[in-house]
Amino acid sequence: MSAPATRMVAVAGIEEPTDEVRTLRLVSATGEPLSPFAPGSNIEVHCGERRNAYSLIGDPRDTSHYAISVLRVAGGAGGSRFLHDDVRRGDLLTISPPKSAFAPPAAARHHLLIAAGIGVTPFLSYARAFARTGASYELHYVHRARQDPHAGLLGLPMQAVRRYVGRESLAASLPEVLDGARMGTHLSVCGPPAMIDETLTLARDRGWPAHRLHSERFVGVDAPPGEPFTARLARSGQTIDVPTGVSLLDAVLSAGIDLPHLCRQGVCGECKVGVLGGTPLHHDLHLSASQRAAGDAVMACVSRCDGDGLELDL
Amino acid sequence: MTPTTERLSGTLPARITRYPFPFPRDAYRYTANVQPAPNFEATAAGGWGDVVVEVDEHYLAELEERERILEADPDRSITLPHMKAAAWDAVLYSLQAFADARPDVARLTIDGDRVRWENDLLELAIEFVVGDESTLPLDPLTWLGTQIQEDVCLLDQRDGHLWLDAGLVTFAADWSLVFDIGMSFLEFHGPVPRVHEAGIMPAAEQFLMRLTPEQAYRRTNWTLTIDRRMDVSTEQYDVWGKDRRLLTLEEVGERVHLRCEVQHLVRLPVSGAVMFYIRSSMLPMNEVLLVPEWAQRARAVIAELPEDMADYKGIARYRHLVVQWLDEQLDDADPAAAAAA
Repeated sequence: MSAPATRMVAVAGIEEPTDEVRTLRLVSATGEPLSPFAPGSNIEVHCGERRNAYSLIGDPRDTSHYAISVLRVAGGAGGSRFLHDDVRRGDLLTISPPKSAFAPPAAARHHLLIAAGIGVTPFLSYARAFARTGASYELHYVHRARQDPHAGLLGLPMQAVRRYVGRESLAASLPEVLDGARMGTHLSVCGPPAMIDETLTLARDRGWPAHRLHSERFVGVDAPPGEPFTARLARSGQTIDVPTGVSLLDAVLSAGIDLPHLCRQGVCGECKVGVLGGTPLHHDLHLSASQRAAGDAVMACVSRCDGDGLELDL
Repeated sequence: MTPTTERLSGTLPARITRYPFPFPRDAYRYTANVQPAPNFEATAAGGWGDVVVEVDEHYLAELEERERILEADPDRSITLPHMKAAAWDAVLYSLQAFADARPDVARLTIDGDRVRWENDLLELAIEFVVGDESTLPLDPLTWLGTQIQEDVCLLDQRDGHLWLDAGLVTFAADWSLVFDIGMSFLEFHGPVPRVHEAGIMPAAEQFLMRLTPEQAYRRTNWTLTIDRRMDVSTEQYDVWGKDRRLLTLEEVGERVHLRCEVQHLVRLPVSGAVMFYIRSSMLPMNEVLLVPEWAQRARAVIAELPEDMADYKGIARYRHLVVQWLDEQLDDADPAAAAAA
């Protein structure tokens, strides 16, 4: 999809439930209401030059504010330090719209949620959505001994939450939890990569089918804008520069050449252009594998060039 | 716009000036003809597409027709249990789209989970609580069908595919919701000719699975329907099927309708379901003829359509009558052509 517009939010509240975790309450800074979101969604927060993705922890239908929990990562690239040390109440931040990357499986009859540390954040919005739909769930949450449990857990029904102190404690109980799951249960796990791998491996070993296993993985921030290249138009004799971040389609249109187009997503096939020379870098969904291999056409709206230039039948 | 159509658009009714005429060229083939929505598209008679939910002169009649159809056959509205959140999403999205399109007659107020909806066209003011079905007179999806003319399909995304797991479809053009419910996107498009060889359906499914709530899309589809019959579902085939065999040349102008489906494609924000609106608009050939560019274009498309596609659209038996009728009318309207003949 095209890059969605960013928006400005104001920091309306800050809580520090533990030494390492800061929870920010964000409200619209423009008056335009925030959008509802799918449970498990994240937003990207612009932290200076960087963009960090954080799970939204509030009620998905509550558009009065967003809430995120930020773990201080001492050795990280600085995004979390910025949100911990530099951001004050009333400050403005730029965010991207919520992106659904880890939505709960709607068809599950029961949700078995397993979280370690800050990995609990996507499940906080799950729990609020489940409270509305009446979906059945249980949350197994492990945290370190010296760390208090996440403040966001407060207010969740206690019978649905089981807490563990220390990874060994969860590991000891996990086989029993996995074996005892009732028919129709889906497992969702979020935490450090090693913990996710261990949990999924254990579940597979105990006979869980792959389509009932879900794990959080943050998606890439942006599709890469691509390398610059040159398009030589064989029929008109023109040479067009296609810079980074500009599509071949837009470059051609800007040069005053009328190229039919519709979806701008590489799907509809309207902007197909014949390739006479050079190697296309295909990003579309329209061409078949054999058409791609032939290399004699590109979708100008999304595809680029693997090399310096393309010669086009235009 | 030509001077002729400018003059026409001053006098033509909105059902013609806002008709979503579906043919961009003189031949029709299946493509994934999606484009961002809303987006105004000019036609020879006016234009359409600037709103997602369209309210037209058939509003009350079509809602009454839907109520009658549902009373006779409740299976036209199905929400599988895991799609309840999606149905509520569909209600909220659709009422907002309605209010955005027609602020003169509709107002939506949301306060947390409490919703107030006022629809002057129905003299309705109702308050309900999102997630609490007891606060609506019907289940959410069926109730939504009492407010908008669009048919609604809700697709769940799981295991790398989309699944038709809920729908309110009273105006199906030769298909059946209760037959297709629970099928995957690729399965329920199985009968469509040609698209599979071209790989269109997997690409369309990939596209839909990447939709985000920030941007809706739309596409059009079309067929011909005899009489202004909204319900040409498979279930009713015994009622409407024989019309195609009994049609006469003299009846084409009044009885044969160009039926355009505007399909909006929306990623619902909270449930993550993909919503398809299917909005069917019909124009009798007599009125297609009032826009000469449309009549010529429709004649070309219907005449050129390959036989397998005509057969799938259910028009193979009588399309020659439509072409013949349009030829006669177009000749009558064009003195030069008439003289040459």
